[in-house]
Order: sequence, then structure tokens, then C-alpha cells
Amino acid sequence: MSALDIAAAVRSGERSAADVVDEYLARIDARDGELNAFNLVLAEEARAAAAAVDATVAAGDDPGPLAGVPVALKDNMCTRGVATTCSSKILEGWQPPYDATVVERLAAAGAVAVGKTNLDEFAMGSSTENSAFGPTRNPLDVDRVPGGSSGGSAAAVAAGLAAISLGSDTGGSIRQPAAFCGVVGMKPTYGAVSRYGLIAFGSSLDQIGPFSTSVADSAAVLEVIGGHDPLDSTSIDAPTFDLQAVLDRGVEGLRIGILRELSGGPDSVEGITSDVQDRAAAAAAALEAAGASVQEVSVPSATLGLSAYYLVAPAEASSNLSRFDGVRFGLRIDAPTTGEMMTATRTAGFGTEVKRRIMLGTYALSAGYYDAFYGKALKVRTLMLAEFATAYEQVDLLLTPTAPTTAFPLGERTADPMTMYVNDVCTIPSNLTGHPGISVPFGVGDDGMPVGVQLLGPALSEPTIYQAAAVLEEVAP
Amino acid sequence: MTGLHEPTLPAEWELVVGLEVHVELATQTKLFCGCANEFSTEPNTNVCPTCLGLPGSLPVMNETVVDFAMRLGRALGCSIHPSVMARKNYFYPDMAKDFQTTQYDQPTNRDGELALADGTVVGIERAHIEEDAGKTTHVGGGGRINDATYSLVDYNRAGVPLVEIVSHPDIRTVEHAKAYVSELRDILLAIAVSDAKMEEGSMRVDANVSVRPVGSSELRTRCELKNINSIRSLGRAIEYEACRHVDLYESDEAPRQETRHWDEDGGRSTAGRSKEDADDYRYFQEPDLVPLTPTPEQVAAIDGAMPVLPAARRARLGELSAVADDVVATVVERCQDALALGAIEAGADADKVLTRIQNDLAVDDWSAVTGQTLATLVQMESGGELSATQAKQVLADMAAGNHGGDPKSIAEARGFEAMESDALETLIDQLINDNPDEWFRFTSDDEGDRKKMQGFFTGQIMKATKGQADGRAVAELLSRKSAG
Ligand SMILES: [Zn+2]
Repeated sequence: MSALDIAAAVRSGERSAADVVDEYLARIDARDGELNAFNLVLAEEARAAAAAVDATVAAGDDPGPLAGVPVALKDNMCTRGVATTCSSKILEGWQPPYDATVVERLAAAGAVAVGKTNLDEFAMGSSTENSAFGPTRNPLDVDRVPGGSSGGSAAAVAAGLAAISLGSDTGGSIRQPAAFCGVVGMKPTYGAVSRYGLIAFGSSLDQIGPFSTSVADSAAVLEVIGGHDPLDSTSIDAPTFDLQAVLDRGVEGLRIGILRELSGGPDSVEGITSDVQDRAAAAAAALEAAGASVQEVSVPSATLGLSAYYLVAPAEASSNLSRFDGVRFGLRIDAPTTGEMMTATRTAGFGTEVKRRIMLGTYALSAGYYDAFYGKALKVRTLMLAEFATAYEQVDLLLTPTAPTTAFPLGERTADPMTMYVNDVCTIPSNLTGHPGISVPFGVGDDGMPVGVQLLGPALSEPTIYQAAAVLEEVAP
Repeated sequence: MTGLHEPTLPAEWELVVGLEVHVELATQTKLFCGCANEFSTEPNTNVCPTCLGLPGSLPVMNETVVDFAMRLGRALGCSIHPSVMARKNYFYPDMAKDFQTTQYDQPTNRDGELALADGTVVGIERAHIEEDAGKTTHVGGGGRINDATYSLVDYNRAGVPLVEIVSHPDIRTVEHAKAYVSELRDILLAIAVSDAKMEEGSMRVDANVSVRPVGSSELRTRCELKNINSIRSLGRAIEYEACRHVDLYESDEAPRQETRHWDEDGGRSTAGRSKEDADDYRYFQEPDLVPLTPTPEQVAAIDGAMPVLPAARRARLGELSAVADDVVATVVERCQDALALGAIEAGADADKVLTRIQNDLAVDDWSAVTGQTLATLVQMESGGELSATQAKQVLADMAAGNHGGDPKSIAEARGFEAMESDALETLIDQLINDNPDEWFRFTSDDEGDRKKMQGFFTGQIMKATKGQADGRAVAELLSRKSAG
């Protein structure tokens, strides 16, 4: 049952929110022991929230567009009085005194939070294996990863443990797990959704977005969580999206570009497997058959994205994660002096990948290295913005595979960070440019696991992206 | 008088000083959140997720801070620039996010100057916006972070808006350093962006001190002096530090670049961190804030609303009166020049107004005194209705708001009536009779003697009348009688 179907049933009184929530909680009970998608299940809170929705319906008041819809929240979004861990030991025992803006907006729309989902610690990873609470498994094959870093949120929706979920996408952390788990994952334009209450990884790259089983659900959730927030200075002061209205417009006349450097062809980055290349090509052909024009477009700097990203994101993270020092919240390992306490706390609290990125970022910003590393990465960002702007003069949207491969086996890439990092090669450019991108399932690979196809557009092109995504969804095999 | 030996810089050495002044802006709320900008209250009460640096919190720029900062910049003749905030990364328990949000390579205000009363001009490099840290109290050990048993942190001050004003190393004398700070404070008060109290820490002065042989233009190794809590202390600290450098150079040593802690009680500076083990702050642009892009209209509005600054106000009073410069300076510093101008406009004598204010209105609250009532008071005194002593008492009552601040009602209530001139003349005749030698000297041609004896007779009369006599009437009578 889609989120919109649930909301319609609850709003009309056909079905109680309590009943819906019980059904989902029962499924979590049955399935999550194996999947480990949730860090925390909010059974009691969810039942109370569902009862409130039902009371609103009974009173004849508007319970909101997502009335009774069970939602899972990535555990890097602050929830008032409820543990928020980032899947890290360092936040042990911390309960935020406030809700993230997205959490407030979902609640106001009648959605019911059923739990906090697992992630790679501080959203640093592409497989949800870097979690202090153990890996999440892919519901379609439990010996494979669900992708990451929002693997718990993707797995929860794919397994029907939540109707929708929220993830955060810093370099592909919504789109890649959506592709791996066979669901729809959307990273909106930077600033389209408030980051207030999202525990920062790379502040200039982070963006919250929805997972769902359908494009229409995705549009409905983005309408709710999007829009200006005075608490986030980088939030765009633009009218909220009207997305559901464009879903049946088709792609007649739309110009779709195949991004040559991320296609697997001769000028492309390496590592995109042939079955994934084939699915992406088939998706382009299907859009063409539906009335879009398709052409190849070149964005040479797209190949530099990965290198630039692994300077910008760790640099910002090294600063963002400084506050986890044992002084005010979370874990504290006592030691004779304040300085030693901070060191002991951070040594014990952070996992290996987080420490690696803090060190990378610290180095990239250091005096004498800034220009060669961080400064150069900023130049790549500027170059990419210019080249993508040129590309979007030729086409309305770009199409690429979401990830170079399908979901890989658990443990396969944990030993070598570089093999993990290349997972995000197709998704990273739109984080560096701040542009929106969606991953829509499009068939399966040779291993039978889902393949995701990504549609990218310029800033605030969400309506066009959803318009085309709805067609892709319809024609997908 | 200090009792301590105050070292003096030898004549062949020249002082080179640059000042970094941190000023707390008197906004209602903090720099990046809605918390009250008030930190004398119960610890950790004016705090929120943002100023506590809690995970997930974000800063939002307080527009009033930007306005205040630009106002200060323009008052110092700076040019206003588009700017970005930056992060200065370092670990310290009272720095909630373990980075300070500040302006680094793109400050709002650049290239200004501050003119001192004697015409000396000190260049201003920049005046940038940044946030304050919380306040740490180290308990046990030596009271420093390294050996404390435990530390207490109050985050009420965390996120309080500051402007740091950085001067060029243009200052050559201790007096100029003190005058710079004093003038800056006057400007801050005049443009109403800070209460600028050094003793309370809302204005904090660090001094970069070095010396060089007179005639040289080199810049030698400097030391940064911190913990200077008053203008007087600033003078002592600079003097001490400069002499320390000279001593080192003269014994073939050299100071090393470091931060030093001024010990006011001990009258000396002690070594802090040296530059070699200083942090690498890893500055980069703050991604959570958008660039500040002041428009020409905003700058024009600030210029248009700029009040008359202390230098111009001093000049105005100076033109109207013949009193000494320091009288005018005091009146302007206390922001009592508008009151003085009001009284002068209402017809009172300018010199008398300024002298009366300077001598007798050094109180915190004088809001009950108006130009009109002050003029009345000064005129009553001039007209002989009040003696100087009585006028002083009436003014105190006026400032306290007694009898509606009306000088006539106050004088009446106090029973002040000028002595009848007949009674006064009788008294003077009596005194002349009793003190013939003194009277002879008063009538002599010796100007010094005459002055001295005028003081003698006036004093005797005041003593006899318990201050009730009017000084001017006494002077006139004495003069008339001596003329014959
Ligand atoms: Zn606050």
C-alpha cells in the first residue's frame, strides 16, 4: 500500500491510523531482527501519535496530507527527547532537546514516526557497514548491503517496515541505497529542504530527502518537508513545490541528455558494469519512446567529482565533528585533564572511517596545504557548476546510472576504502553543484538485484525531474 | 602615585604598538540565535541548541549585529565590503562548537583611521564581526586548564556578538595608546553600539608591542599582551613590555614572538603560548551562513544616520567656550555635551555651564537635568541668587530629580537666599578693619599679593556666612572698596 493510499484511507476514516501503525510495527517485529534497519523503534510514541491522528479525523478536522503514514527517520535527524545516535558511540545517551524541522513538518502533516534507522556512522559510508550498531542487510538479499549511508531508511521502505522514510544525501547517500534496495530515492536541490536538526557531515553538501516505493509518494513527502525555514540560513526562500500536479504530464518535448562521462562509455569514469550500463541505456530509450528527445551531453569535470568530494566533505566534517568532545553531551571518557578527556572520548567514540575522514579533512585544511587540496577542490566545484550550466542549456535533464554496480555482498569492500568510495562516482557531482537528483528503479542486473537510474536537473528543477521520473516508473521493466 | 617602580623607555628606543580591541555589541539577542545577550544572570540560562553547539543546530545571522558593525566601521572611516563568515577551528571547552565563527580574509570593514585629540592619526586595518566564547572557571590546581581539578563552563556569553578592531602598528607612545582606547570608547558610546566598559569586559584590549631604535623603520618581533583591564593598566603594560624588549636587545638577546599575560598586581607580563606551538586554525568559509552583501543604500543609510562623533562635538564646545580642553573632553566623554549645548542655547554662559557640569555632574544618572533647568541654575548663580557652594548642592538635587528638578523650588526648599548686599558690605568692612595688613596687600600693585589676599578675604567671608555669600558679589564689593 502506498503512502498516499494509506493517507487517503485514514483521512476518509476507512482505516484507522492505529491499525496502520500496528501493522507496520508487527512487520518491524517480524523482520528487523534480521535486517537491523532500525536503531530504535518508537512503538509507544507511534501508537500515541496514531491515536492523535485518529482523534483529529473523528473530530472532523484535517489530519494532514500524510495522515497515519508510518515514516522511518534516519538516525542523524534530531528528535526531541528521543535518542539520536548517528550510529556512533560518541552520542551515547544523548537525547536532543529539539526536533529537526523535517521531523516537525512530517508530524504536522500527520505522518507517524515509527523509528530511527541505521546509517554509516555520521553518514560516512556507502554500505551501512560502518555503524556502531552493526550492519543493515539488504531486504532483497540479506547477504548483500543495502547501500549507504542511509541504508536503514532504504531497507525499511523496501521491506515494508515503513511506508516512507527520510535519508540524507551528502554524496549519494539517498540515491545509491535507493538503487540497491529497489526503491525511489530523491535528493532535492541544496536548500530546498531545511537542514535544521540534521547532524551535519558536509554542511555544503548535505541534503535531506525521501525514500518511497513510488514516485508519487516521493513527490508528496517532498511537498511536505520542503520550503523555506528561517532556522536554516542556506534554506532557499522560494515557493514550495507543487509536484503531484506534474506527475501525469509525460515527457513529450523534454530534452534528456546522457551524461557521457558517467555512462560507462569511452570517455566515462571506469567501473560501471555492463548490465548497469544496459539498464541506463534502456531507460533513455524508454523515455525517447515516450516522446522525449535524447542526446549525449559531455560534462568533462564530472570525472573530477570524486576527488573534489573527498576533500570538501572530510574538510567540513573535520570541523563539524569537533564539537563531539565529551564536554556537553554524549560519551565522556574521564581523564586527568580536559585535553586528555577530549582525546580519550574521541578515541573511544569515533569509528575507523570517521577518524580517517577527520584526519583527511584536517590535513586538507592545514596551513600550507589548503591551496593544494581544499582550495583546488573549491575550484573544481566552480568548474563543475559552469559545465553543468552549459549542459542544461542543451537539455532539460541528464540521465546516468545511480551507482556503478548493483548491491554488493556484505564485507566485500570494507577492507579497501577506495573500492567503497567509487560507489558514489555518479551521484557526487550533484552534491558538489547543489543540484537535485532522483533514483528510480529500472529493472535488475545480471545478479537479479535492482538497478537504479538517476535523473539530474539544474537547481529547483524538481517538477521536471518528477515529471520524467513518473514516466520512468511507468515504463520500467 | 604607585609606590612601584615604573620603568621608562630609554630615549634612543622607539615604541611600536598596534592594538586589537574586542567590543561586545549591545544587541538584544546573540549573534546567531534568539537568546538574550545578557550574561550576568544565572549560569547557562541564556542558552539554546545553537549557542550550545548542539548537534544539528545551525546559526542564523543577527542583522542588527551587521548593522552595528557597519556603523562602527563607518564611524572609523572604514570602507564596507561584501564578506563571508569563516570558521576558526580549535578545541576549547568554552568554545561550544570547537570552532569560532568569525571573519577571516573578507572582513566587513577595512582601511579606516582614528584621529586622536592631538591630531595624531592611527590607521585601522579592519573591524570584523565574530562570536564570543563562554566563560570557563578552572577549579583547583593553579587555576589554569592544564592543572585544574575540574572546570565549570558558563555558556551565557557563548555567541555574544563582538567586533574586533585591529589597528595598524602606528602607535608610538603610551599616551597615544591610552588616547586611542579612550577615543574609541567615546565613539562606541556615541554611536550606541556598545557600553564599552573595560572593567566589565565589554571592551577588551590586547596590545601588540615591539621596540626599535629611533630612526629605524623596521618592525621587530612583537609580543601580544592580554588581560589588560583598564586604560591605566594598558599604559603600564606597554611601558613594561617595551622596557623588557629593550633590556633583552641591550643584553644581546631578543624577545620571541608570543602571547603574554599582563599581571596588574605584579606589574609585569608573563609568558604565555609562543607562536611556534600555536594552533593551525584551519580557517575556511562557514558553509552554514550565506555571504553578507551590504548594498550601497544600506551604507548610505548608515552614513545618513551617523551621529556627530566625539571629535566634532569637542570642536563645537571648544568654539563656544574658553574653558580648558580637558573640561570639554570630560563633558563629551560623559555624553553631557548635548545638555551643555541646551543650557548655552537657553542663554547661560558657556564657560560657567561647562565648568559646572565638569565639576558637579559626575554622576551616573543626570537625566532629570535639562538644558533649561541647568541654564536657570547657572543664571541664578551669576545673578547672585546662589553662591557657588549652594549651586553645587542645588545641582545635586536637580540630578536626583528632587522638586521636579526645578532649581528655584530646590533653592527655596533648602532655604538658600543670597545675603542682602548691605549685610555683606557690613561684614566686609568689619573684616577690613580687623585685617589692615591683609587689606594693604590687597590694594597693592603686586598682582600675586592681590590674588592671594582676594582668596583670603573671600575665604573669611564664606566662613563667616557658611557659604551663603555670593562669590561674584563679594568680588565686586572688594574691588569697589579697593578702588576707593
Ligand atoms: Zn542561543
